[in-house]
Formats: sequence, C-alpha cells, structure tokens
Amino acid sequence: MLIVLSAIGLLVFSGLISFLCGRCSRAANLIGAGGAISGSLAGFFRAVQILCAGTAEHFHLVWDVPYGSLSFRIDALAALFLVPIFLVCALSGLYGLGYMKPWSGRKNLGAYWFFFNGLAASMAMVVIAANGVLFLICWEVMALCSFFLVTFEHEERSVQRAGWIYLAATHIGTAFIIVLFLMFGRVCGSLDFNAFLAARGHLGSAADILFVLAVIGFGAKAGFVPFHIWLPEAHPAAPSPVSAVMSGVMIKTGIYGIVRTLTFLGAPHIWWGWLLVAIGLVSGIPGVLMALAQHDLKRLLAYHSVENIGIIALGLGLGVLGIALKMPALAVLGFGGGLLHVVNHALFKGLLFMGAGSVQHGAGTREIDLLGGLVKRMPWTGATFLIGAVAICGLPPLNGFVSEFLIYMGGFHALGGQSSIAAGALLIIGLALIGGLAAACFTKAFGVVFLGEPRSSHGANSHEAGWSMRIAMSLLAAGCVGIGFFSPWVVSPVAHAVESVSGLSHVVVQGLLAPASSALLQIAVISALCALGVIVLSLLRGRMLSGRISSTEGTWDCGYLRPSEKMQYTASSFAQPLTAMFEPILRIKTHQPSFLIKEESGCDSHGSGPFFPGGAAFESHSEDFFLKSVYGPIFMAIQRLALRLRFLQAGRVQFYILYIALTLFVLLIWCLR
Amino acid sequence: MNLFTDAVIAALILTNLRLIASSRISACIYAVACQGVLLGVLPLLVGPQHLTVRACALSAATVMLKGFFFPWLLLRALRSVSVRREMEPLVGYTLSLIIGAVLLATAMWFGRQLPLPVPARSPMVLPLAMFTIMVGLFAIVSRRKALTQVLGYLVMENGIYAFGLAFALSEPSLVELGILLDAFMAVFVMGITIFHISREFDHMDTDRLSALRD
Repeated sequence: MLIVLSAIGLLVFSGLISFLCGRCSRAANLIGAGGAISGSLAGFFRAVQILCAGTAEHFHLVWDVPYGSLSFRIDALAALFLVPIFLVCALSGLYGLGYMKPWSGRKNLGAYWFFFNGLAASMAMVVIAANGVLFLICWEVMALCSFFLVTFEHEERSVQRAGWIYLAATHIGTAFIIVLFLMFGRVCGSLDFNAFLAARGHLGSAADILFVLAVIGFGAKAGFVPFHIWLPEAHPAAPSPVSAVMSGVMIKTGIYGIVRTLTFLGAPHIWWGWLLVAIGLVSGIPGVLMALAQHDLKRLLAYHSVENIGIIALGLGLGVLGIALKMPALAVLGFGGGLLHVVNHALFKGLLFMGAGSVQHGAGTREIDLLGGLVKRMPWTGATFLIGAVAICGLPPLNGFVSEFLIYMGGFHALGGQSSIAAGALLIIGLALIGGLAAACFTKAFGVVFLGEPRSSHGANSHEAGWSMRIAMSLLAAGCVGIGFFSPWVVSPVAHAVESVSGLSHVVVQGLLAPASSALLQIAVISALCALGVIVLSLLRGRMLSGRISSTEGTWDCGYLRPSEKMQYTASSFAQPLTAMFEPILRIKTHQPSFLIKEESGCDSHGSGPFFPGGAAFESHSEDFFLKSVYGPIFMAIQRLALRLRFLQAGRVQFYILYIALTLFVLLIWCLR
Repeated sequence: MNLFTDAVIAALILTNLRLIASSRISACIYAVACQGVLLGVLPLLVGPQHLTVRACALSAATVMLKGFFFPWLLLRALRSVSVRREMEPLVGYTLSLIIGAVLLATAMWFGRQLPLPVPARSPMVLPLAMFTIMVGLFAIVSRRKALTQVLGYLVMENGIYAFGLAFALSEPSLVELGILLDAFMAVFVMGITIFHISREFDHMDTDRLSALRD
C-alpha cells in the first residue's frame, strides 16, 4: 500500500516540479515524463503483485473533512484497474516525451505534465479510495485534470467546444454520483466504504435507485450510449498521449465505479443484468457503426471506445444475470470476460491512439482520406497499429480475442439456462455483429491509412516517429501479443477480482474458469504453431529469394497507362456498402454538387463543352443522432430559460448587495417567525 | 446611569437616521464620526461596573479610530474628488426616512425575538445593533457615490461592534479588535479605490461601473 501511495506522491510531486520550471520546456518535459514513468512503473509492479497474490491492503487515517476519512483499500478488483492505469500512464508518459517536443517553446509544457501526472495520480486514487468524500474529490480532480489536458490547444475553436462538452458531460455524471453517495450515506450513516459493505443486503428498495444512479453517473464517464457524446469530441481534441490515457483507462474508472457499487448493493435483481446487457448492445452496435462512418482517425477510435465499453457492459450484464439467476458459471465467465476486457482494451486502445498520434505527428493530418501508403514510411507505427487493429477486432491470437472469448463462452452457457436463453442469444448475435463490423472498420482504417499509395502531400511527406514513441507503441503491442499467447496464465489473476465482485469462493471461481482456461490453452498452442509456421515460411521465402532479382512492376491498370493514387478506394467508398445498409441509424448527409455541365450551356471557347465533366466534389458526414436530436434541443431550452433570468444580472453593485441583504433578511425573519 | 445609557442609544439611532436622510456627504461623515464617538463610550456604560485601565484604553482607541481617524480619511478623500452632495440617490430621502422607520420597527421586533445565549446587558442594545447593521446595508444599496457606500460599510461594522457589546462576555475585546482592524483595512482599500475610480472615470458613481459589464 505504501508503495502505491508513494508512487502517487511521486507523480504529484514531479508534476509540481515540472510546473515550476514551465518556462524551461526541456527540463519540464524531462522531469514531467520521468516522474510519470517512474511513478507509474513503481505502482504498476506493486499492483501486479497484489493482483497475483489476491490479497487486500488497507490504510486508514483520520481526516477532519466532514464525513471524510483518508481510507484507502487495494483489493484484487482495485489492483485489476490499477494495472492498466499505471501501465498506460507510464507508456503514455514515455510516448509524450517525444510527442510533446514540437510544442516546447510554444506552449507551457510544465502545465501539460502537471495535469498529466495529476490525471494519472487521481485515477489511481479514485480506484483505491475507500471513502465517499475522498472518492468524489479524486473523481473531480480527475475530471478537471483531463479537462485541462483536452483543452491543451485551447486557441482552436473546435477544441474549446470539445472542452465544454466534456466538462458539461462529466459534471452531469458527477451530480448523479454525489446523489448516489448521499443516499448511501443516509442509509449507512457513514460515507466509508466499509460501512456500505456492512449495510449490504439491508438496502431494500433503495438498491434499485442506487443502481440506476450508478449506471447513469458512472456511465457518463464510461461513455455508455446515450451518454457517449463527449468521447468523439474530447478524444480527437486532446493531444494523443492524453487520448490514449483517457480512452484507454480514464473511461474505465466509470466501469470501476459500477462494479464497485455492485459489490455494495448485495444480491442483484434480474433486471439489473438485463439493463446492462441492453446498454451493452445499444452502446456496442451503434458505436461501431458510427465509427465506420468517420473520416477522422481519432474520432473513429473514439467511437470504438464506445463500442468496447459496450462489450464490457455486456460481460458485466451477463455476470449480474448469472448471480441473480444463481448460475455461477455465467457469473464467472461474464465478470471475468468484462474485467479482462478492461485491461485488454486499455492496451490496444492506448496503442491505437498512440499510432493515430504518430500518424498525425508524422503526416500532419488525421483525415483518413488524405493519407495512404504510410506503412512504407512509418514501418514501426504501421506494424504496431496493425497489431492493435487485429486485437481490437477480437481476432485470435491477440488479447482482444481472449476476453471476448470468455464473454462468448458465457453467452453459450446462458443458452443452456431456462430464463437466460434470450440473453445468451442476444449477446452472441450482438457480439458477432460488433466483431464483424469492427473488422470491417479496421480494414478500412488500416488499409486506407497505411496501405496503397499516398493520396496527398500529407501522406507522401510523412516521417517515422521518434524513439520514445516507437518504444511505447512496441511495448503496448508486445502486451497485446503477450496476453494473447499467455492467456491461460492471465485468466487466473483476473479470477481474484472476479471473486470480490461475484462473492464466490476462490475454489469455485477457479473451477468454473478451468474449462475456459483449457480451451484458451489449446487456442494458444494452435496460434503459436501457426505463428511458427508463418515465421518458417517467411524465412524460407527469404532464402529462396536470396540471390535472385526481385523488382516491382505496375499492376493491370484498367486501361490507363499510369495508375494514379486517385484510383484507390477512399475510406468512404470502402465503407459505403455497410453504411448504406445502416443508413437509418447513421443518417449520413451527403453534399454532391451536380457536376455534369448542362446541355444547353453549349460549347465554350475551348471546345470542351457539354460532353466532358467539369470539376467534381463529393462530401459526406454522419452526425451523432444523440448530439443533434436529443441534447441539442434540451440545452437550447435550458439556455432560453436562463436568458429569461438575465434581468437579475443588472450589472450594478447595489443590486447584487441588495440580493444578498434581502436573502439574509428573509432567512432571518423566517427563522424568528 | 441607565437613563444615560438610553440617551446614548437614542442618539446613536438618530445618527443612523441622519445618515440616510442627509444629501450632503460631509454631513453624513460627521454623523458617522458622531456615531463612532458614542459607540466608543458605550462599552464603559453598559460594560462591567468597575472601570479598568484596559477598558478605558480600548474605548479611547475606538473613539480615536471611529470618531476621528476614519472621518478624517474620508473627508480628505471627499476634498480630493470634488463631490459635495449625493445627487439622485436610488431611493429618495423621504422614502429613505420611511424605510428607516420600518427598519427600526423590524429591529425592535428582532430584538425581542432573537434567542440569545446570555441575557443582554441592556434591552435596547440589541435592537440598536440590528438597526445599525440594516441602515448600513441600506446605505450601501441605495446610494450611488462610492464614498456614501464606504460610510454604509462603516456603519454596518459599527452595528456588528454594537452586537458584540450586547453580550460581551469575558474577552470580547479581542474579537472587536479584529473587526476594527478589518474595517481599518477596508476603509484604507476603499479610499484608494475611490481615488482610482474617480481618476479613471472622472466621477465616483459606482452604478456607472455597470458600463464595464459584458
């Protein structure tokens, strides 16, 4: 416990030092990144130890804030979240060392590292806090730090807009969480988590309300549809290491909140599980569909975060159903898959955002349709992005497959139960649809950005990222591959976390996970053999080609003499068959000025008249349904109401004092009445 | 003795009314100075029976500050900004007097209703304190000139001082000294602010500050 706390202290301290030498960008960058890496690594190794041992550690100090106490608790569940938090923060720190260098001198890097390290520290604190007041304070610090990081390039209007949307969304969520803790406090008489645990099972009908409050409050942070609108705004606006941290781990604190609340609520009701499964489907499928329609690489990744949060919600929902229906195997597989997906998503989404950042860094744009052929100029970024893309699609043998496999197994198990058969069927169909669409989406993203030929000067003039960015991406890619190949050994530490969520004993959980482990072992062996085969074949190819001349020729070129880069599929055209199919959900707007010159306009002086087309343009974009049709009208109405109260804002000192005096006066009279 | 106390309290109430009924700023400053002197004497009348050196010294300090030093500062500020009268107050003088009467009645009612931890030394001190606070607030709200508002602030502070007097227990002087210091700093800062406002805008109407709003 002390190691983790001192790691957090180191993060805060190095952030402060970096802030103080903000004018000297080089020193600020080095100190900030050094503190982020060393602090996070220290915490990471300790968290892995605790997770593998499956023990819990407490730390308690009296604090004179009302209802507050400095209580910390690291159990297996907290450790499971601490591992990705510290890992992704350490690697994002390393990545940021190189990524932020172009800003040195132009921007205050000290402030950046102050907030970055503050974000890392506050996320860790959120996960280990064991008191409501402490939790809320850390939660708020986390939200504010990430807000300042999102608005790092605050001169741009789009970034300002993203910042405000994020700030509003996170505070609406926090409002629900405050009510949640106040209700807990009313029932339990204390805001310590121990008191919540002691009152478990005596909550009665309050438990339903508490659960809904937790799902809304924490769901706003996690990015459940319809609370997801801040993700596609904030992630593209933030610097890439920040996007990696926010999308990789910060939104997982929302998942942590829901899981932690579940442990306080005691035996769940069946409809809680159904609600989570429904949220999972509603988040997962539209999330991946919206991703398919995006043209901005980071926006696309942000929508994939919504999709993956949906998959996690599916797993958790299955777990809750399992407990409610007294089907322990379902509970273990659901929670196990959901929680493992938290770690896996942190790895591959962190990796993908870093890859997108490296593309932006090297090519100067995130517009997918302006890029192309980057794998030749940025081989490291290309290779690691490919690994991340395969992992996020849930393809074997990488890590995304492992967690989705557990959830699939849970789904098939649910088919066997009487009352869970619908859940199982929905889950399997939904997950399969999500997986297929994700594969299509990443084929588009990787294919258009990295393969083919450059579509503009952006793609042609790109350069590979610096060493620190390459190391960070390679390590995350290694993590994705490692968890994939060593999946049977990864599942057992997760079992400790599953125990604390499901309330089942260690032996039971291990026993129920054993079939999954053995299946994973077989898959890992087969995958390893396949990988070996690929390596052998490529070595053989190298041997056979050595000593021969190999050259590149133009392919069959449709009758044109010179194939140009314009003949390639664009991102939109690649996705068009799918987006057309889901048009009612996506509502894609197209702008296509008619480009054929009208017949009656006649020949112009150059003779190229009615028979040849002039310049053409085509543009399509998809608007977020919830942002435009739900939140837009609501916030407009609030603004109209607020404008009616504007007369109070007279701008005269006298009136403001009058308001205060009248309020005090009325209160005094009311008291003495 | 009791009669004398009541006379002082009545005089204090009259100074309050004088403050809100007068249009000449110098008259208002003299009224506040008068109030300061009377308030400085009041603890000797309603306080413990035996006069100690300490009580006399505190009293003398209060009289010096509230009765002479603050008014002197304000008169100096008045001379430098060349404003003599409070023109066009937000609330007229007749109406101000009527409101003053209403406030006095309310203060009397408060004095009866307000539950006190210890019985007050004199039944009239608490209404006086409440009335003085309210008049101070009223002056701040209803007048335009920054100087009159400073006067309102001073009067409000006087009210708080009188409230402390109402149930001065063992060591009230410490608290009062703290308040005095507060007021001293505030007047100092406000004096400087008034000077700056009048220099920047060629007047010292605070309501013209509303030109600064968005």
